[in-house]
Amino acid sequence: MPSLALLLSQAFNGLALGTLLALVSSGLTIILGTLGVLNFAHGSLLMVGCYVALVVLNATGSWLLALVSVLVFMFVAGVLIERVIMRLFYQRPPEDQILVTFGIGIVVVETMRALFGSQTQHMAVPPWGEGVTRIGFLIYPTYRLELIGIIAFTLLVQYVVLYRTSLGLVVRAGIENAAMTGILGINVPRTFLLVFGFGVVAAGVAGMLYGPILSVTPDSGEVYLVQAFVVIVIGGLGSFPGAVLGGLIAGEIMSITSAFNSAYSEVMLYAVMALVLVVRPQGLFGTEGRV
Amino acid sequence: MKRFPLLPELTLVVVLVLTPYVLTHVGFSYDLMQRVLDWGILGIGFDLLFGWTGLLSFGQAAFYGTGGFVTAWLLLDGGMHSVWLALLIGTIAAGVVGVCLGWFAVRRIGIYFAMITLAFGQMAFFIEFNPLSDFTGGENGLPGVPVPTLGWDGWAFRINTGLPMYWVMAAFFLASFLLGRRIVHSPFGVVLRAIKENTARAAMLGHAVPRYKLAAFTIAAMFAGLSGGLLGVFQSFMPPDAFMLDTSGQLVVQTVVGGVGTLVGPAVGAAVWLWLRDNLQLIPGVGSLWKLILGAIFVVLVIALRRGICGEIRHLWSRRRLARLPDATRETRAPEVHVAPVMTMTAPLIRARPDAPALETSDLSKQYGGLRAVDQVSFAIQEGTIHAVIGPNGAGKSTLFKMLLDEVHPTEGQVRLFGRQITGMGATRTAQLGIGKSNQLNTLFLDLSARENMRVAALGRRRGAFRLDVLRRADSIAEVERQVETALASVGLTARGDLPAHVLAYGEKRRLEIGMALATGPNVLLLDEPLAGMSPEERISTRTLIREIGRGRTLVIVEHDMDAIFDLADRITVLYEGRKLADGSPDDIQRNQAVQDAYLGGMRDVHEPA
Repeated sequence: MPSLALLLSQAFNGLALGTLLALVSSGLTIILGTLGVLNFAHGSLLMVGCYVALVVLNATGSWLLALVSVLVFMFVAGVLIERVIMRLFYQRPPEDQILVTFGIGIVVVETMRALFGSQTQHMAVPPWGEGVTRIGFLIYPTYRLELIGIIAFTLLVQYVVLYRTSLGLVVRAGIENAAMTGILGINVPRTFLLVFGFGVVAAGVAGMLYGPILSVTPDSGEVYLVQAFVVIVIGGLGSFPGAVLGGLIAGEIMSITSAFNSAYSEVMLYAVMALVLVVRPQGLFGTEGRV
Repeated sequence: MKRFPLLPELTLVVVLVLTPYVLTHVGFSYDLMQRVLDWGILGIGFDLLFGWTGLLSFGQAAFYGTGGFVTAWLLLDGGMHSVWLALLIGTIAAGVVGVCLGWFAVRRIGIYFAMITLAFGQMAFFIEFNPLSDFTGGENGLPGVPVPTLGWDGWAFRINTGLPMYWVMAAFFLASFLLGRRIVHSPFGVVLRAIKENTARAAMLGHAVPRYKLAAFTIAAMFAGLSGGLLGVFQSFMPPDAFMLDTSGQLVVQTVVGGVGTLVGPAVGAAVWLWLRDNLQLIPGVGSLWKLILGAIFVVLVIALRRGICGEIRHLWSRRRLARLPDATRETRAPEVHVAPVMTMTAPLIRARPDAPALETSDLSKQYGGLRAVDQVSFAIQEGTIHAVIGPNGAGKSTLFKMLLDEVHPTEGQVRLFGRQITGMGATRTAQLGIGKSNQLNTLFLDLSARENMRVAALGRRRGAFRLDVLRRADSIAEVERQVETALASVGLTARGDLPAHVLAYGEKRRLEIGMALATGPNVLLLDEPLAGMSPEERISTRTLIREIGRGRTLVIVEHDMDAIFDLADRITVLYEGRKLADGSPDDIQRNQAVQDAYLGGMRDVHEPA
């Protein structure tokens, strides 16, 4: 039995991992819910955000500039992918959409490999996040603590946009019924474009924020893509609150399990997913019968 | 095709025999050829799952790895001497894992299925890598897997790497292909295709869809297990990356490049992929970009040439065949009705009570949120009668209909078929018990021929909800074929039987829809607006057909064509705003004041074809 201190610190790790997974999954689930497309390239786009930040940081050292660059670059990338490729696929079967985004993922990963090589790169912790912080008897890296706050804030912004603005209303209406939303005179293609852009930005921001903790290679995104899938299955397809809660649950499962035996941390995650599939197949926040 | 029934098999034999002598000159090593064949065996299973059943799995690596490591472990640490036996056990082990994971995965379709299989693939990887590393060698894999031997005792000789091993792989590939072809052309395979084309209709025709999906999933897992075992054997080393997500991904890419639904497509795709990989890497400056180039090619293929290499070839071939068919482009007229054969098609019946009505509802209700679509409807349909359900639009007719065969579960109340309660059984069970239905909107298997559509329907009750008859031919069950031809003849589609359903004219599709319900050999046949969208001429002949079908069979019809209803029906139930307004003979209904007020007052509006 691990000590209480270890369990507590793992619970904190779980929170940090959980918020990251929540952010990654939220982008994936908003695109899935609105456009009906499962974006297999999401993991690779996460790493694009990471590399963009890395390039800007190496050149200027400014985190603010890096953040702005990531936001702009990812949004433009998302818009391009949607306009050039995804638009051709809305009327095609889901299997085709999966295949094409999977292909895009390969191209993105290999482009990064061509530009930056396969070796692991390191992103320095920002100056305001260096050192450790003491909470009671826990000593914890400051950046990870801040990260929990930053991502919580980012998710809050997403929540406000989705649930408190007219664009968010259109997006949520699109999740319920895209065809009907179009009949009501709303420009659905433009909404789709914006949603895809925002989803990709969410992936890029997650990649940038987690960069200092991650070992940065072109392939690193794959792990988070698969875990985001598990989060979505647990939380419910296309549900924003499901992605957030599912992300936290997944993060805690993996972290707490590894306090006992790290070999089983991932296995336990998939076991919980299987359990959810049996007990509540539509996921925690999903509605039965949508997919 | 019919003229050369074994053409694909013979072609494959010739290609496999010539390959080691021809392709060695264009950059294929024996190792590469063996690899291609190994991917090809893995791909035949995957193609059965994706190309035939429509289930896109991203988790085949789990079974590939399972088969591989079980086989390798048995030979290295398990004390087993026969490579063949180890391969067999590895294949079975992969099948067992396939049943377990498939049980979870096949509950979901499309996006969900891809996500779940991917997640399970990753789970298998982590289990292999950590908890089981004592058996699998962890990241080192299992080196030193022995080569197989042929013969016994003094006569045994080892099959060495190189050309001899190629022949072993070629033999396994050929056997896998032959088995795959048998499966595809069996009744089992036809049902798989039907499930891919239209899952809901396949279930309504009495096929237990989840069991078929699980069976296809397990068969794919066993092919994967065999190819995984062979991987370790032919290269004397079982690598840990067999379990990785990349394996599943590469399989998907190769299958799409080579052609989905062609069985040999995955092997062709693997040949292209691996040959380009090996040869692009030799070009200076391009070498490290090989996967980028292949990825881009893949994206373009998915966008523009969805059929893949073999699929495009087959497409050209079948277009030529279609063009040669006589009268392929001429639409047929509605048929003269053949009375006698239609009568013989009803399957025997299981009765709960001898005097029970054919179909009976009690207090049947359906609530959709705040809307009560059907409210406490009770009526009985006597055996051998034609019973019509009428009512203005939105009266709840279609919902009521769907509840009669338990396609939609009622909120309250019950349905009894010959006295047996069927509520809660689901459409597959009720189809097996003898309820057939033709839908208001056509739900055909569009890529199957008209005859195959009928066959899927006829197989439902004759063959049972599920059967793993993978080795017999789909058209070899005599009584099913008789039923198929009778059903085709009675809706006048015999001449058009070999055409894919999607090229039929609208009226013909409509007749096929009704014919499929008939071909199940139902005891109770539900027809939801059978005349909808038909021309006046077709209406007349379809009315005759319905009357003929109705002899000796119980028929329930929803229809807006009042002329047809009052002409055909023995008894009519009128629905209005979800409730039963009246129930009686056509004369009673015509005289009923409430019906006239609520509905027939607007007779002139309704009279026109809907």
